[in-house]
Amino acid sequence: MAEEIKTVNIKNKNEVAKRSLMADTWRRLKKSKTAILGLMLIVMFLCMAIFAPIIGDYDEDALKMNIIDRLQGPSINHWFGTDEFGRDIFIRIVYGTRISLFVGLISVSIALSIGGFFGAIAGYYGGQIDHIIMRILDVILAIPVILLAITIVAALGPSMLNLMIAIGVANIPGFARVVRAAVLSVKDEEFIEAAKAIGAKDHIIILKHVLPNSMAPIIVYATLKVATAIMATASLSFIGLGVQPPTPEWGSMLSSGRAYIRDQMHIVLFPGLAIVLSVLSLNLIGDGLRDALDPKLK
Amino acid sequence: MLKYILKRLLMLIPVMLGVTFLVYFIISLTPGDPAAMILGTSATQESVEALREEMGFNDPTIVQYGNYMKNLLTGDMGRSYSTEKTVLSEVTQRFPNTFKLTFSAIGLAILISIPIGVISATRQYSIFDNVGMIFALVGISMPSFWTGLMLIILFSLKLGWFPSSGMTSLKGLVLPSFTLAIAATAGITRTMRSSMLEVIRQDYISTAKAKGVSKFNIIKKHALKNALIPAITVIGLQFGVLLGGAVLTETVFSLPGIGRLMVESIQRKDTPMVLGCVIVFAVAFSIVNLVVDILYAFIDPRIRADYN
Repeated sequence: MAEEIKTVNIKNKNEVAKRSLMADTWRRLKKSKTAILGLMLIVMFLCMAIFAPIIGDYDEDALKMNIIDRLQGPSINHWFGTDEFGRDIFIRIVYGTRISLFVGLISVSIALSIGGFFGAIAGYYGGQIDHIIMRILDVILAIPVILLAITIVAALGPSMLNLMIAIGVANIPGFARVVRAAVLSVKDEEFIEAAKAIGAKDHIIILKHVLPNSMAPIIVYATLKVATAIMATASLSFIGLGVQPPTPEWGSMLSSGRAYIRDQMHIVLFPGLAIVLSVLSLNLIGDGLRDALDPKLK
Repeated sequence: MLKYILKRLLMLIPVMLGVTFLVYFIISLTPGDPAAMILGTSATQESVEALREEMGFNDPTIVQYGNYMKNLLTGDMGRSYSTEKTVLSEVTQRFPNTFKLTFSAIGLAILISIPIGVISATRQYSIFDNVGMIFALVGISMPSFWTGLMLIILFSLKLGWFPSSGMTSLKGLVLPSFTLAIAATAGITRTMRSSMLEVIRQDYISTAKAKGVSKFNIIKKHALKNALIPAITVIGLQFGVLLGGAVLTETVFSLPGIGRLMVESIQRKDTPMVLGCVIVFAVAFSIVNLVVDILYAFIDPRIRADYN
């Protein structure tokens, strides 16, 4: 036992000595009970997404109609009951995890790469370029995110790809602003000046020196935005503009289950809980990361 | 002060021009021939071509946009493809419902969130604070359409207290307003709490304490007003979330508002109507943010001083 504590102590010392941002952040994140809860939840969802084929067969259990078993309440055979076509709601939620996480991650990646590009340029160069980029972003920001996403899907037509594009594009201004602010906070530091002095090219300075040192707020923002992207995916699918039935998506499951809420509330209860828990887990992690990355705020 | 308001109003013009252009451009990406849509499947090739020419669908997008803007300035937003009614009449008929819904929601949210935020901050880490913050996080994480369905199940189907759809009476507004208010409440509470926490650590609060001012008066006279400033910004931003949420809430509760009109128009591929709805939403959001900024200056003399 004493031996164990000793090695742990030495290990901790090494971590402190290295002062790696990752290790530091993780050490502080571990202390937050809510962040750990969030991590546990998201690991659960990830496992559901990865091991979905072990839990149930996609074609047989999640898609194939089975009218005899329709509208059954929760039981041993069907943990969350069955829907109006007799499909197992639990297995459909499990497969829905894949869609939600995928759309959430891809759309945030789109927003982060495009928004980040413009934000970094605006922040780094300043002046006229900054002014023009920011005014254009102001225009996009005048339309509420979800309404912009709805408008884009309305024009492009409902499909999963268009959904990702719509949510991604609608979130570009937010990311551009966050990256710009992050870049502004480090661009006058001495090490940037040093890099300039030795003749490093602008794009090298931005990619290698500015961005890695301004990651903290961007990581927090991206985490929270994956949560809102999951919510937006469900919202758009709910009004018929996202993933189309019979594909098991949480929002479209809620939409088709609406007609049966009077007697069969389990149809809308469980897909909704899946949305709440996945969004909550990312919000908990985002909050935890914010505190862990910026101890001054505490 | 007047100069400030005037300046902000003028700044609204380029933003609105940009917004209408952006939305017009996005909507113009819609595939399919609007002329063929209006005339239906039985129309001949010639009549479709004639209508295309008559309605200017053959012009480049930028020319079409110019014509749209020219008409918009005279209050003409075009005609619905499917109902033949003017977009303006439909939108003005539906707007009051969305207005009532969003404003009662934001009112509710403010009434609930400011006191909770203040109490949470003054009793940091107490049970009240912890429970309040957990509720706030869960509130942010709940999609409004699901909250709406759950409220319908509990309060209209099981208990029968409120109607599940329609807006015939004030009672019909209760559930949708609460649905919409929940997410906004959560966001405002969190901001209110953190800004209050920051304010009560300031020197002037210590001074007030040292003078022997009662705790209630410190909060009321010294802390609250300063802490409200960030909260007001968030209220303005939450309004955008509310407008988006209104689309879903109106769908869930079958309310005849602009949000539902927009969804129905998208399903009918009624482009002018969709365009009209989005523009009304964007204008409403911009005006609210303008009001928020003016309010901001009203509360914070430092901002006012910049413009006097």
